[in-house]
Amino acid sequence: MSAEPVAHHASGEAHGSRRDYVIGFLLSVVLTAIPFALVMTNAFSDPRVTAGIVTAMAMVQIVVHMIYFLHMNTKSESGWTLMALIFTIIIVVIVVAGSLWVMYHMNLNMMPEMASEAMEAM
Amino acid sequence: MSDSILKTIFGRLTLESFPIHEPILLVTFAGVMLGGLAVVGALTYFRLWGYLWKEWFTTVDHKRIGIMYIILALIMFLRGFADAVMMRLQQALAFGGSEGYLNAHHFDQVFTAHGVIMIFFVAMPFVTGLMNLVVPLQIGARDVSFPFLNNFSFWMTAFGAALVMVSLFVGEFARTGWLAMAPLSGLDYSPDVGVDYYIWALQVAGVGTLLSGVNLIATIVKMRAPGMTMMKMPVFVWTSLATNVLIVAAFPVLTAVLALLSLDRYAGTNFFTNTLGGNPMMYVNMIWIWGHPEVYILILPAFGIFSEVTSTFSSKRLFGYTSMVYATLVITILSYLVWLHHFFTMGSGASVNSFFGITTMIISIPTGAKIFNWLFTMYKGRVRFELPMMWTVAFMLTFVIGGMTGVILAVPPADFVLHNSLFLVAHFHNVIIGGVLFGLFAGVNYWWPKALGFRLDPFWGKVSFWCWVVGFWVAFAPVYILGLMGVTRRLRVFEDPSLQIWFIIAGFGAALIAVGILAMLIQFGVSILRRDQLRDLTGDPWGGRTLEWATSSPPPAYNFAFTPIVHDLDAWYDMKNRQAARPTGGYRDIHMPKNTGAGIIIAAFSAVCAFGLIWYMWWLAALGLIGVIAATIIHSFNYDRDFYIPAEEVTATEEAYGRQLAAAGAA
Repeated sequence: MSAEPVAHHASGEAHGSRRDYVIGFLLSVVLTAIPFALVMTNAFSDPRVTAGIVTAMAMVQIVVHMIYFLHMNTKSESGWTLMALIFTIIIVVIVVAGSLWVMYHMNLNMMPEMASEAMEAM
Repeated sequence: MSDSILKTIFGRLTLESFPIHEPILLVTFAGVMLGGLAVVGALTYFRLWGYLWKEWFTTVDHKRIGIMYIILALIMFLRGFADAVMMRLQQALAFGGSEGYLNAHHFDQVFTAHGVIMIFFVAMPFVTGLMNLVVPLQIGARDVSFPFLNNFSFWMTAFGAALVMVSLFVGEFARTGWLAMAPLSGLDYSPDVGVDYYIWALQVAGVGTLLSGVNLIATIVKMRAPGMTMMKMPVFVWTSLATNVLIVAAFPVLTAVLALLSLDRYAGTNFFTNTLGGNPMMYVNMIWIWGHPEVYILILPAFGIFSEVTSTFSSKRLFGYTSMVYATLVITILSYLVWLHHFFTMGSGASVNSFFGITTMIISIPTGAKIFNWLFTMYKGRVRFELPMMWTVAFMLTFVIGGMTGVILAVPPADFVLHNSLFLVAHFHNVIIGGVLFGLFAGVNYWWPKALGFRLDPFWGKVSFWCWVVGFWVAFAPVYILGLMGVTRRLRVFEDPSLQIWFIIAGFGAALIAVGILAMLIQFGVSILRRDQLRDLTGDPWGGRTLEWATSSPPPAYNFAFTPIVHDLDAWYDMKNRQAARPTGGYRDIHMPKNTGAGIIIAAFSAVCAFGLIWYMWWLAALGLIGVIAATIIHSFNYDRDFYIPAEEVTATEEAYGRQLAAAGAA
């Protein structure tokens, strides 16, 4: 902060245009409205299909936010944001996939009744 | 009627909440009160409150914040060690029908508090303090990226620690073990305030830890001196970067899992309960996703300290710098792939267990590479066995044993025999004391002259060193043996009289460590009294190699009058070799951030809010929250945030340092 007070704003940080913000906003509204509508209208009888679509929309919306609101691209901050993003994705994948794997096996081995109930429910 | 009014005002807090029936706590309370009054009285008598407020509490200087972090860690260390001594004494006494002197209710709080305090309020602030103190100096910066945030982070950590301390005299602490495993920590089995103290102390401190992680990453990425490319950063900066990346990635998981637990306890949800679809195993899974990276958060900076110390005191460039950097990065990623080894026995089955067993063993490869790098750095070096180097050698000998018992525990079949035994307890004390703590002591002895301008007394340092190292082995070798004999952890009374001798030996070891701690406090005291003889005039007492030794001890508020330009990995050694002249003129005004009281005020309101939530005093919680928001908004309208140190002042400071250097050179 103290070292180079002037250079702070000159370092080529991406600032979005009004057009970017409007596109981002509209996309977010659409991506939020669709899941709402699906849940409100009970469009699919199987709740798992609804849950899958809602999750997919949420993930698309994360990307929309990163591009249009956080202005991330491969060049911003001399590649540091991209590197941070890759690291984050690696960690999130490890945590989510690992937890699903671990918990699935634990349920299978330690909760046989619950697993069979789940099978029946299918 | 009046009952409901009392309930609205005081929530769950009643006269019975104060542990007046516990003589141990009463005596402690009296001691703390007398000591506290003495300190407050002395500060008032010597009129130091204004000085403390203006120069320390509100400071945004990374060096002073680092020192405050370390003081907090040392104070909490004494508390945590007192808990350890109580446990050793109880376990040495409670044989042959004796119940010892601690009841179960109290004993369970003691082992929980010991773990929580030692990890969250000793190791973490100690590590953060050293990083704060050293990293900006090593990269040639004037402060961290966000100086105010730094002050705020410290105070959040400090108020988190204060909440744990309050639980000693108001109410009680958790009786669940240091990770508060569900469903034991749920409302059904822990209806009292203990777990709530645990949750809110860690949530308040966690904000501080996370923000200081963000701060140091930004500092290292954005504020390195010109010429210092990533592969020219000192190893301590590299390990600090890795640690802070781990903090930023791991601590949100802890925050989330504690938030879910508090929803279970406050809002009646069922994330981790036994009934209504809750899954306590998910708590274990999630808390270890944070918990395993946490141990690397602690050990990586210690590895960095050892790298700096070994290279300085062997008077050689560090062997295998590049491999050291890659080993650090590999450990950073791998630390996210091993968490299940903390619950092999929970029943994930052979395929899952073998995957996590193997990844755990793989971590020992980069760690082993580091040990060899340090040994090869010493090989044919001119090794000076001063205190930091002594701690480093003790670390290498101790940590290798701890690492090997870790590899034993990484074998799932062996873990089925050894899990939750005293063998595990001995293992993690072996790596945390022998690795993290020895590293921090090496760091304190190494950087004390830089921080305060005088060296530490070597005699008392050596007394402390030998008592610590010998005491550690006397205390924990019997614990290993007991673990192999099948004794489980956290036991309060024992049936088998043949075990007693090992607990007595372990207790003797703890007494030796106590002497070591006392000697260390004497070392600090003696050094402060003899500071004129121990004064470091040159700013480079050890023949250092990195940039922090290129400025005076203690450094001026602005660290470097001119930002150094880096040409080599060991930048300061390179400057000395090229006989680069110190600039003696042309100083300019230096732009600096201004002190602010906002950090301590916002953190204090957070603690008030947490206290209200713990005791169900909703009005107090709301008041605290409003305070946090209001203070933050008011702070955001404070535009008076910076000032300039005039060039004349810089000139005067730098010329005084020049005269000092000339005098030291002539003497």
